[in-house]
Amino acid sequence: MDVWSGLSLGFGNALTLTNMGWALLGCFLGTAIGVLPGIGPALTIALLLPITFQVSATGAFILFCGVFYGAMYGGSTTSILLNTPGESGSIITALEGAKMARHGRAGPALYTAAIGSFIAGTIGTLGISFLGPVVVDLALQLGPAEYFSLMILCFVTVSAVLGGSALRGLAALGLGLILGLIGIDLQTGQPRMTFGVTELLDGTDVVLVAVALFAVGEALFLAWRHHDAKQQVLEVGRLAMSKEDWKRSIGPWFRGAALGFPFGVMPAGGTEMPTMLSYYFERKLVRPKYRHEFGTTGAIEGVAGPEAANNAAAAGILVPMLTLGLPTSATAAIMLSAFQSYGIQPGPMLFTTQAELVWTLIASLYIANVMLVVLNLPLVGLWARILKIPTPQLYAGILVFATIGTYGISNSVVDLVILYTLGIIAMFMRRFDFPTAPVVIGMILGPMAENAMRQALTISQGDWTTFITRPVSVCILALAVIALLGPRLWGLFARRRGLVP
Amino acid sequence: MLSRRSALAVAGSSAALSFLSGHVRAQGQQRFASLSVFVPAGPGGGWDGLGRAIEQVARQAGMVGSFQFENVGGAGGTVGLPRFVSQRRGRGDAVMVGGAIMVGAVLANRSPVGLKDVTPLARMTTEPSVIVVPASSDIRDIAGLLAALKSNPGATSVAGGSAGGIDHIILGLLLKSQGRSAKDGSYVAFAGGGPAQAAILGAQVKAGISGISEFAEQVKAGRMRALATTGATRSLDNVPTLKESGVDIVMGNWRGVFGPPGLKPEDREKLVKFFTDLDASSAWQEMCQRQGWDRAFLAGSDFEAFLKSDEAATAEVLKEVGLV
Repeated sequence: MDVWSGLSLGFGNALTLTNMGWALLGCFLGTAIGVLPGIGPALTIALLLPITFQVSATGAFILFCGVFYGAMYGGSTTSILLNTPGESGSIITALEGAKMARHGRAGPALYTAAIGSFIAGTIGTLGISFLGPVVVDLALQLGPAEYFSLMILCFVTVSAVLGGSALRGLAALGLGLILGLIGIDLQTGQPRMTFGVTELLDGTDVVLVAVALFAVGEALFLAWRHHDAKQQVLEVGRLAMSKEDWKRSIGPWFRGAALGFPFGVMPAGGTEMPTMLSYYFERKLVRPKYRHEFGTTGAIEGVAGPEAANNAAAAGILVPMLTLGLPTSATAAIMLSAFQSYGIQPGPMLFTTQAELVWTLIASLYIANVMLVVLNLPLVGLWARILKIPTPQLYAGILVFATIGTYGISNSVVDLVILYTLGIIAMFMRRFDFPTAPVVIGMILGPMAENAMRQALTISQGDWTTFITRPVSVCILALAVIALLGPRLWGLFARRRGLVP
Repeated sequence: MLSRRSALAVAGSSAALSFLSGHVRAQGQQRFASLSVFVPAGPGGGWDGLGRAIEQVARQAGMVGSFQFENVGGAGGTVGLPRFVSQRRGRGDAVMVGGAIMVGAVLANRSPVGLKDVTPLARMTTEPSVIVVPASSDIRDIAGLLAALKSNPGATSVAGGSAGGIDHIILGLLLKSQGRSAKDGSYVAFAGGGPAQAAILGAQVKAGISGISEFAEQVKAGRMRALATTGATRSLDNVPTLKESGVDIVMGNWRGVFGPPGLKPEDREKLVKFFTDLDASSAWQEMCQRQGWDRAFLAGSDFEAFLKSDEAATAEVLKEVGLV
């Protein structure tokens, strides 16, 4: 079946009243759980699994895909408004998004996230329909050596969030790398830095750390430094995006989507790396006029790019699932188990043996995307109103929200202790002008890079040249070197020539 | 991040969803008004799958009114296990799903709480492993792989799940059978089935070991070549078992159910009876077939004896690999 007849068959099936109903329900549920920190799409779909006893396979998968896409839309909302990321893909969105909200630009930030999600989701879904089988074969050519090089490239992005002092920034990165070491080492099965606490065996959750460092740290810092008892209300400002906002967002949307999709397709890619790279690129590519907004009042490019990358990567994750039956994320793993409860064995032959179901599912992704943008844009005004709450109450609310969310996912007191210990550390980091974002980046990249490196070295029998003898790996490393040294060398060159005063 | 904890706890999931179902209950005797199932792993994995399969069959047969699930994932079950032991002590309506992976994890992590602290109820299923090579590999059969492991184990990289798990243990036993030490092997641990399968499909490694259900479709599609399975009898057509290939290894990833500590004898009896009847039902047998599980029911003292021998065998291999 070629793509066009597949799509027309799929749309024919998906556009029935019942199936549209499932899509709408899924989108609604997904948006709701995306807003709540902690509860992700994987858990929600797991809870919905019992419906597979009663509902047809088509209906159930349309519902699940709605939840999956919806969670990606909703995830950015709390990142922007409350500095409380709901899942790891929207951590980077919080960097600029929360700053925009604090400076009266919550509306445009939410708009650019929603529209960016729509554009990237659509591009990602087009990618699934037309490129799926091709890109997945390319992605399989990447081994641990290439993934390690990609992570080295991502480490360069830390430079974009280091702040004024490289020493302080690198110290924060080091803290993140140490936090990433906690737990059982995958390659040897030995616990590291767990101090006998069983809850630490599986490491610390990166979303928990991000919430502690961003939201709890900020709230505690304000409580500490906010001496005057004056009631202060944050400016909400105009909601819609201005013409200038549109102009500034279009580039990042498409660049973010182009970055995100391939990373999603990669079996060990994920949504975090492309959001970091997108943030780095947008910060480097922004017009000089707006450069000062990054890290101060919040730049719209820094929301549009990473948010698009996140959504395109989420779409990309479905490619290895549908074309090869590979579960490369927790959500994909649960969807695969749902296939099995219908007696469908997900695998490389899914596209041929279950063509109708697969194409209906793809068609419903397009529909879900449209529904989500229609559902979310009117909500922007409603969400932004949260900021009208006076600052002390707002921050108290954020603390309650973060505490309940943390305890709610794991029922674990240990997680609460981690949340507040890190929150207090973050409070002091703010006081002494240490950036907190490098901690999170170190924590995400550290364990991934360590495992990729050790896997690559096991395969090469300890031969370090594997990273420079594999062509793709050496190209990525060269890019990393250029990204790290290029701007400095260019600056030196330009000064010598007198191009810059 | 896939490898990170997905420790999730939710109660009343099925109750909340029953409005969606409007199910017709088959006639059957209700044994429990509600049963709480503790899954020491994230949703979507093998233990979670077993728990939810029990739910599906028992609810449709009307044997249990409603189910509550709690997932506390991580570290091969050793994060969830202590919590089950401390929070459900003595409760006659609480069970935990567990299995072979937990036996190894308790040993490798030196967890103070082990399977000795819970009440074994029944072994339900088992899943043999399969040893595969990429389709493009020049290794044609298990003898070829064994020869490669014998002559140059370091260059024969093998992908599988986390270190110390069943996949790793099988590699250790294979090396031992060839007169090599388990330590000589080149084992590449991956978090989650997706990345491991991708590494094999892309021929990044020489071979791979995992549960049959994980690789079966790739083998069928001709993207991987199955060399041998580890069950007592053949699990795939035209693929020999290790035993008939002259290697005396029989291994399976068994999964079962456990009660909390301090269970009253009559409560234990009731739970064992429930699982015995569940296993005998035709709906359960259909479910196992659909999921690709081999039924391996064992209860009471037989199960306890099996647990003891499994623990001893696992400890021996882990010691040799250098993990304990």
